[in-house]
Amino acid sequence: MAQTVMIDPVTRIEGHAKITIGLDDAGAVDFARFHVTEFRGFEAFCVGRPVWEMPSLTARTCGICPVSHLLASAKAGDAVMGAHIPPTAVLLRRVANLGQIIQSHALSFFHLTSPDLLLGWDADPAQRNVFGVMAAEPELARRGIRLRSFGQSVIEAVAGRKVHAPGIVPGGVAHPMTSETRDDLRARLVEAHTTAQDALALFVGMLGRYDREIRAFGNFPSLFLGLADDSGVWEHYDGHLKFVDATGQVVADHIAPNDYRDWIGEAAGPDSYLKSPYFKPLVGEHDDVARGTYRVGPLARLNVCSTMGSPLADEALQAYRERAGGTATSSFFYHWARLIEVLAATEQMAMLLADDAILDPIVRATGRISHTRAVGVSEAPRGTLFHEYRVDTDGVLEDVNMIIATGQNNLAMNQTVLQIAREWIDGPDIPEPVLNRIEAGIRAFDPCLSCSTHALGQMPLSVELVDADGGLIAERHRG
Amino acid sequence: MPERPTTVAIAIDGVDVEAYQGETVLQCARRHQVDIPSLCFLEGVSTMGGCRLCVVEVAEDPRLRPACATTVAADMEVTTESPRLRSYRRSIIELLFAEGNHVCAVCVSNGSCELQDIAVRCGMDHVRYELRSPRRHVDASHPKYVFDPNRCILCTRCVRVCAEVEGAHVWDVAHRGHGAELVTELHQPWGEATSCTWCGKCVAACPTGALSHQGSAVGEMRHAPNMITWLVAARQRGEWTEPEARR
Repeated sequence: MAQTVMIDPVTRIEGHAKITIGLDDAGAVDFARFHVTEFRGFEAFCVGRPVWEMPSLTARTCGICPVSHLLASAKAGDAVMGAHIPPTAVLLRRVANLGQIIQSHALSFFHLTSPDLLLGWDADPAQRNVFGVMAAEPELARRGIRLRSFGQSVIEAVAGRKVHAPGIVPGGVAHPMTSETRDDLRARLVEAHTTAQDALALFVGMLGRYDREIRAFGNFPSLFLGLADDSGVWEHYDGHLKFVDATGQVVADHIAPNDYRDWIGEAAGPDSYLKSPYFKPLVGEHDDVARGTYRVGPLARLNVCSTMGSPLADEALQAYRERAGGTATSSFFYHWARLIEVLAATEQMAMLLADDAILDPIVRATGRISHTRAVGVSEAPRGTLFHEYRVDTDGVLEDVNMIIATGQNNLAMNQTVLQIAREWIDGPDIPEPVLNRIEAGIRAFDPCLSCSTHALGQMPLSVELVDADGGLIAERHRG
Repeated sequence: MPERPTTVAIAIDGVDVEAYQGETVLQCARRHQVDIPSLCFLEGVSTMGGCRLCVVEVAEDPRLRPACATTVAADMEVTTESPRLRSYRRSIIELLFAEGNHVCAVCVSNGSCELQDIAVRCGMDHVRYELRSPRRHVDASHPKYVFDPNRCILCTRCVRVCAEVEGAHVWDVAHRGHGAELVTELHQPWGEATSCTWCGKCVAACPTGALSHQGSAVGEMRHAPNMITWLVAARQRGEWTEPEARR
């Protein structure tokens, strides 16, 4: 008889979700669905607000990556107001985003993922968390926490506060950087850079243990989307949209953010608050949107770029591509890509802080409402983030569309759960190690459901096992 | 030498103080560093007595009196802090929060808001009344300023400042009861109000984030109600009048 497995809730991710796995009459895995069970609705309640309030308003979408929303929103605001922002403001925004990439990736690797990697998938769940890592590897845990703290300090230094900072505004940034602040960040950057190198070496050293996970954790062909500059170099703040396929071939390039609707469609499912963006040109009117699956985030950015734009990160990228066989298609490599990005972020931040232009006092431009539609794009730690605003002639919002990184990975996450379930589930029982791997597969994407559905909370996991008639056979909850 | 005002003795919170004949309890209390909270009161313009935050107890009078609209009298015994007054004030603040959309974290006046300051002072950590969560149209039609009625508490400082200090009377209150709202020039968009002189006194006087400068991001607005008081006092002293005309 066909059955359904439910994992509810999924733990150590940001937000609330559950997973349903359906077994066919023969007991083989038939389907798997990742459901996000929370709703936020920023797109609705931001309507009616003035566009210059939007950065701080939308920053509330997420406590982990508020800088991404600040940047995408401020860039849309710049465009609406026709503001050509001062060069120093661009430098400061870049520094803030690098700080955010460091702190968010540190959170993902050290706090959320390292318990699986260091303590083992099958370790006692009561120990398999950041506190378990603190007990087993206190120095590593300490350095991870300090790395995240450094990233948060960078955000505070540029934008005025670690979380939901008010200092990134349409027209630039609110305050210039002082030389004391710059010197302090440069001094602290040394340790962050070393930690990034050591974490990368640690991860690469462990890779040999995870051949099966590399093979089965969301390892499938898909498209990849990320920002790149005109030369194809890794970008996180400006640049254009670029899609490549699983063989590394460029599918679409030099797409202006304003034109994203020509390339990206959004589908809504009946069983999740998470929408499923897809690559439009591959999906006809009646096609399954899964045909247009693409991935965003560190894995995609490293597949999209030609180089990282900094020496040590480029060396790491080369080794990564050699191991992955060119374009990385396994979602397990998100972890590796994340650590390479941390290294790149420390290198690029060092370059930005070494430039005295960053101390220039002119950091904000003003403007009048010049356009009634604008799109702001930035690379959030989890992937490409879109804020599209339509305003009236006074700058009051009439329509908001936000496409969040995690949403863009939704189709891929579903496919990942299915692949892991098929690899490890054998019969109606769901042993703990299987649960752990399904969770870990989702965690590789570092999803942030609070961001992507506009809802609040921690992400516990729920897995349901249902039969072919939809009847619940088994169910596991956690968190 | 200016004539010394006639004084009377009153007691505020059990302390005997000297009050000027004709001044209000609020003015006398503030001269003696007794801080009675208020929102609609603004020194320099007419008294409205509408917010009722400055209510005080007066001995042998069972009613609460608005300190801003109560003139001192000899031997008056005033109490400015008591459990009853604290309860009333907190209720008033909670009702103001329930009536509008006062979300400090995303407000342009965060950190420079009298409503926020008083809410903190009253210990308001939550609102016990059902939030009305209105969706009122933000008027951003003025080239320099923005009016957000969601954050307006109808204190009418802007109405009085505009009419009495600037002499333009752009602002007024339309409708009654819970439907009351501020309007500019017979309910035209502010940007089309030809009587507006763009002086910004209304914005300076506003105690909340209802009136702000165009383009202000969260927490960037800084109001300056004391500027109105200073301006009126300077005018009364004739600081900008030729000495001959002053005589």
